[in-house]
Amino acid sequence: MIIIVENVIKIYKFGEHELKVLDDVSVSIEKGEFLCIMGPSGSGKSTFMNILGCLDTPTSGKYFLDGIDVSTFKTDELAEIRNKKIGFVFQQFNLLPRATALENVELPLIYAGVTPKERKERAREILARVGLGERVNHYPKQLSGGQQQRVAIARALVNNPTIILADEPTGNLDSKSSIEIMEIFKKLNEEKGLTTIIVTHEPDIASFGKRQIRFLDGKIVHDSKKLA
Amino acid sequence: MIVLSSIINIALRSLIANKMRTFLAILGIIIGVGAVVTMVAVGTGASNKISEQIASIGSNLILILPGATTQGGIRMGIGTQQTLTMADAEAISKECPAVVAVAPVISGTAQIVYGNQNWSTAVMGTTPEMTTVREWEVVSGRFITEQDVRNGTKVAVIGQTVAEKLFGDLDPIGKLIRIKKIPFEVIGILDKKGQSFTGQDQDDIIYVPITTSQRTLFGQVLPGRVRLIYAKANSLESIPVATEQIKTLLRQRHRIGINQEDDFTVMDLTQMLKAAEESTKTMSILLGAIASVSLLVGGIGIMNIMLVSVTERTREIGIRMAVGAKPKDIRMQFLIESLFLTTIGGIFGLLLGIGASLLLSSLMQWPISISIFSALVAFGFSAFVGVFFGFYPAYKASVLNPIEALRYE
Repeated sequence: MIIIVENVIKIYKFGEHELKVLDDVSVSIEKGEFLCIMGPSGSGKSTFMNILGCLDTPTSGKYFLDGIDVSTFKTDELAEIRNKKIGFVFQQFNLLPRATALENVELPLIYAGVTPKERKERAREILARVGLGERVNHYPKQLSGGQQQRVAIARALVNNPTIILADEPTGNLDSKSSIEIMEIFKKLNEEKGLTTIIVTHEPDIASFGKRQIRFLDGKIVHDSKKLA
Repeated sequence: MIVLSSIINIALRSLIANKMRTFLAILGIIIGVGAVVTMVAVGTGASNKISEQIASIGSNLILILPGATTQGGIRMGIGTQQTLTMADAEAISKECPAVVAVAPVISGTAQIVYGNQNWSTAVMGTTPEMTTVREWEVVSGRFITEQDVRNGTKVAVIGQTVAEKLFGDLDPIGKLIRIKKIPFEVIGILDKKGQSFTGQDQDDIIYVPITTSQRTLFGQVLPGRVRLIYAKANSLESIPVATEQIKTLLRQRHRIGINQEDDFTVMDLTQMLKAAEESTKTMSILLGAIASVSLLVGGIGIMNIMLVSVTERTREIGIRMAVGAKPKDIRMQFLIESLFLTTIGGIFGLLLGIGASLLLSSLMQWPISISIFSALVAFGFSAFVGVFFGFYPAYKASVLNPIEALRYE
């Protein structure tokens, strides 16, 4: 098991008022799975993603990533886990506008302490793999949405993460680019065995996944693996 | 180190991307550092000049002038009566323990001739102690000796200006000059002293033995009377004691009653100049302090810009954190940015300050002094301003929540 989530509860406090966003969530994900998380907005799927991505910690419960209990980690330790084990892909691409495609992809390697020479080599290699070998020196605004998202995927992959987390990766793309992006995820999963977790509310995107989980009111209400 | 060099690169890029803003932020520091450097240069220049003057008149110098007598109810000025004598000078030297050396002077102005050159200058008859009192040595030849004074030899020690005017490139030692048509042998050349604090050229002078001066040059002076007496106190602290001792001794010797006024004046030049030096120092500290305020304002400008920059780049910070930047990496990035702003500002401010100082000194003839030390202080201070005013914005950036930062529009 690459991910084990046990009885995770997440409560947000707004003064006196408490909001239970995740209500006793437990789930296990095996290495090499291609998982799609679905659910309406406010169902807790984004909070769940943030916890999986070590951007947030649970109020209670345990989260083992690659055998390590990260639920009690502090800021610096979480940053290191994000850097080494997790690759993020966002709906808004979240590229640095003033950096070239190559520099954007290099970014995680800077914080990993990789030398400039090696950073460039690895970033170039990954960009070529997502089909942007010719555009390494383009700035994000010179690229189409699909191309920008491919740069973001390259950035997520560059430090050889244990898992890829994508939050609505096709939300800002047209259907043709969406399919292209999902094909990249599919290929990565099939060829490299990369554990991939994608949040989406589009059923045809979710159908790319080998396993689907549905959130509602902070609980998992459907898990295709358990049914099978 | 890899992280650091990359972070520096990142910081530089963001500054280049916002050229106008960067320039304006730096401008505040440039003006601040420039003002500090200029004010310190002017201040130290002024106090250096005074220190130089103190050194040039001779340290711990006391002047004893005759006169200031009252004749029939009319108070006369200093020097109206020749009340001081050679014997007074000897007595001061013997009986005032706080005085280390005494040199009486009989002086006048005379025309000096060498070959076809002539020059009018002050001729001072004095004793060998003059070199000690005024801390003034000869650069070549020798000064007047006891023997010269005893025998009243016709020898002269000349100042640099006189040497230049009469001899040009020639070596004056051993040459004969005529003072009031009387031949004198030049035996020594004095070291260069420069201007006195009253703006007089101190090198425009000739020293002769006091006896010669009295007997052959300025014979109208009553025998044994001197124009003034130079005395040198033990130390700066003992000047008031020495002054008191001299006053008491002279009142005794001149038989001045308790209610009568002195028939001489004792002037303490060192003390006067020290006071001037103190006030100049205070002035330069004040100027520096006022200039520092502008540097402070420049620092606040940097802080303002950095806060804007942090807010604007919230999303960027979120992205960096998501891919593994630790709070300290983010903090470093913004600190380096502000440090860079102030360092660049410091460099240009230094150049501006040096330029402004040179301009002041050439346009207004102000004495200035730019020291490496003051430049380093201004530079270091601007770097400190960068860290100090950059820290809060950098800290603010580093504690952002990555989830919220990523959502920031």
